[in-house]
Amino acid sequence: MSILIDENTKVIVQGISGRIGQFHAEDMLREGTNVVGGVTPGKGGQTVLGLPVFNTMKGAVQETGATASIVFVPPPFAADAIMEAADAGIRYCVCITDGIPAQDMIRVKRFMRRYRAENRMILTGPNCAGTISPGKAMMGIMPGHIYLPGRIGIVGRSGTLGYEAASQMKELGIGVSTSVGIGGDPINGSGFRDLLQLFEDDPATDAVLMIGEIGGPQEAEAAAFARDHMTKPVAAFVAGLSAPKGRKMGHAGAIISAFGESAQEKVVILEEAGVTVAPNPSSMGATVAEVLRRNSLAA
Amino acid sequence: MDIHEYQAKEILHRFGVPIPRGALAYSPEQAAYRSREIGGDKWVVKAQVHSGGRGEAGGVKVCDSDTEIRDFSGQLFGRKLVTRQTGERGKLVGRVYVEEALAIAQELYLGLVLDRASERIMVVASAQGGMEIEELSEEHPDAILRMTIDPATGFLEYQARELAFGLGLDSSQVAQAAKVFRACYRAFRDLDATMVEINPLIVTQQGDLVALDAKMSFDDNALFRRNEIAELRDMSQEDPLESHAADRGLSYVSLDGNIGCMINGAGLAMATMDMIKLMGGAPANFLDIGGGASPERVLTAFRTVLTDPKVEAILVNIFAGINRCDWIAEGVVQAFEKAEIKVPVIVRLSGTNVEEGRRILEESQLPVATADTLAEAAEKAVAAVSRSQAA
Repeated sequence: MSILIDENTKVIVQGISGRIGQFHAEDMLREGTNVVGGVTPGKGGQTVLGLPVFNTMKGAVQETGATASIVFVPPPFAADAIMEAADAGIRYCVCITDGIPAQDMIRVKRFMRRYRAENRMILTGPNCAGTISPGKAMMGIMPGHIYLPGRIGIVGRSGTLGYEAASQMKELGIGVSTSVGIGGDPINGSGFRDLLQLFEDDPATDAVLMIGEIGGPQEAEAAAFARDHMTKPVAAFVAGLSAPKGRKMGHAGAIISAFGESAQEKVVILEEAGVTVAPNPSSMGATVAEVLRRNSLAA
Repeated sequence: MDIHEYQAKEILHRFGVPIPRGALAYSPEQAAYRSREIGGDKWVVKAQVHSGGRGEAGGVKVCDSDTEIRDFSGQLFGRKLVTRQTGERGKLVGRVYVEEALAIAQELYLGLVLDRASERIMVVASAQGGMEIEELSEEHPDAILRMTIDPATGFLEYQARELAFGLGLDSSQVAQAAKVFRACYRAFRDLDATMVEINPLIVTQQGDLVALDAKMSFDDNALFRRNEIAELRDMSQEDPLESHAADRGLSYVSLDGNIGCMINGAGLAMATMDMIKLMGGAPANFLDIGGGASPERVLTAFRTVLTDPKVEAILVNIFAGINRCDWIAEGVVQAFEKAEIKVPVIVRLSGTNVEEGRRILEESQLPVATADTLAEAAEKAVAAVSRSQAA
């Protein structure tokens, strides 16, 4: 098993007719993902990569029975695409798009509250690399070959730092159940805490590596969750020890603006909650190995 | 994106926030003339730079005569005002705002921010205005009132009243305050702001609420639909290198060290900088070249990093997913041909098309040090800098 996606998950690509959507849809198919179609308003009836294109998400879901979607729609229209997916009954949506206005995401989050928790779509992203359950399915833009299938969950804000972690783990023979990017924006679909919950409930995941960074309250919330509600061990890394206060570091959310948002403060908060924090970014894999050894778990 | 005080005031005034009478000047003579247009016998002259803390930095003065206005603004124009927010380099004063001086009975604080925890707009208010909010939250945490606004309903009247009563305002001022609070919320929401701050929001001796200062920042991601805001951009207030890079799709932040960095992805960039620091070095910049970087973009990135004279070595760290190592390698080769590189260059490539990328670098026979891992790359960069310092 894995979380969120596996080889049976039927996936719709929103924005499949675009250059980026098409390129990554092809990659996802190569990784074994069960992509069943795409949506581009106005291009319904056409095919892309031999897959049917629909005008609306409702139409796509009706025809294909899809339960997941991935959004490659340009920033001005991406929030609307996410809400369309939620309303069409999609269970899991990944939004790759970078550059969505923050207030559009406020609207998306408010919109999702129309649904009861058990019917609510899970959203990860925006501005993320996506999700991969190695050897089963990929909804994202990551290089699939750097992930070894296995029993460790990864959740992180940054795409490429997540690749770094996965390849350090592969180097040590440690595999991944599912790796999830939650994105670098200030307001995003799911937080660290939400993903820790899913990994805690997944029988095929033994431990979790959480990759945080400066800015925002999510790492501290996740620390409290790990302390109070998790039986599985959690390792972590927090990027941005060298980041100055008040300067935005690339990600729209990566800015230290309040107490508890610097990397140093987050490391302390995580360690106090019993999370093992990697001392530097090149020891993420070794830290996971150490946590597994200490808990007598296999790689 | 940040805007000037006078621009923020004009916007907030349009939404119903009372502001003092004032006018903008581009020269000392115009500043003096503006005071006569405004009338009265006391004025405040304020340097317009994108920064807080202008008062303590000598950028604000109360003046009694137009001679005083001319003299004071004469000292401001063309000068770089250094505040505790600008860093040593300071920010150029090219505009001065002249305002009627008001008699203050009380100073309040009002701020609206994007609250990441509640995922809503949060209103922050305090009866102790004039202080910076960071200071206030340390010294008087109980004196700060907070309220988050449901985007579906907006800022309701009773909520605004509650906040006003919470500040201990007179019943005669509560209606005024509620109007100001809700106006700021509408401005924030309608214009895709990320921050609105009125500090201080004063009660005059006549009992009127007036915004004595105003700051607004806007969501860069929403500027595509806010032309009226985008046109308020003042490039003289930006770091020229950072805006040059940003306009070309590169995310660049200059720092104090001497190791130039070029990385894909913000998280990996921060982690690489951390690694440099742990090895005893110091990064000269943060630079994210983004996804799908062409050789041309890599060349531009090299040029950007090299513009900083502090740079004594360059570390390129790419973990390609959506990027391609072969394109990055070609970009490095082009940079050596066209960008006059005189400092050591360390390249670490990983991910998509890595073999091809490494082959291109090898066959180029350029003096590029390669590394297989993040740690090795950082170590080599730090060593290269200490070698050049020893030499």
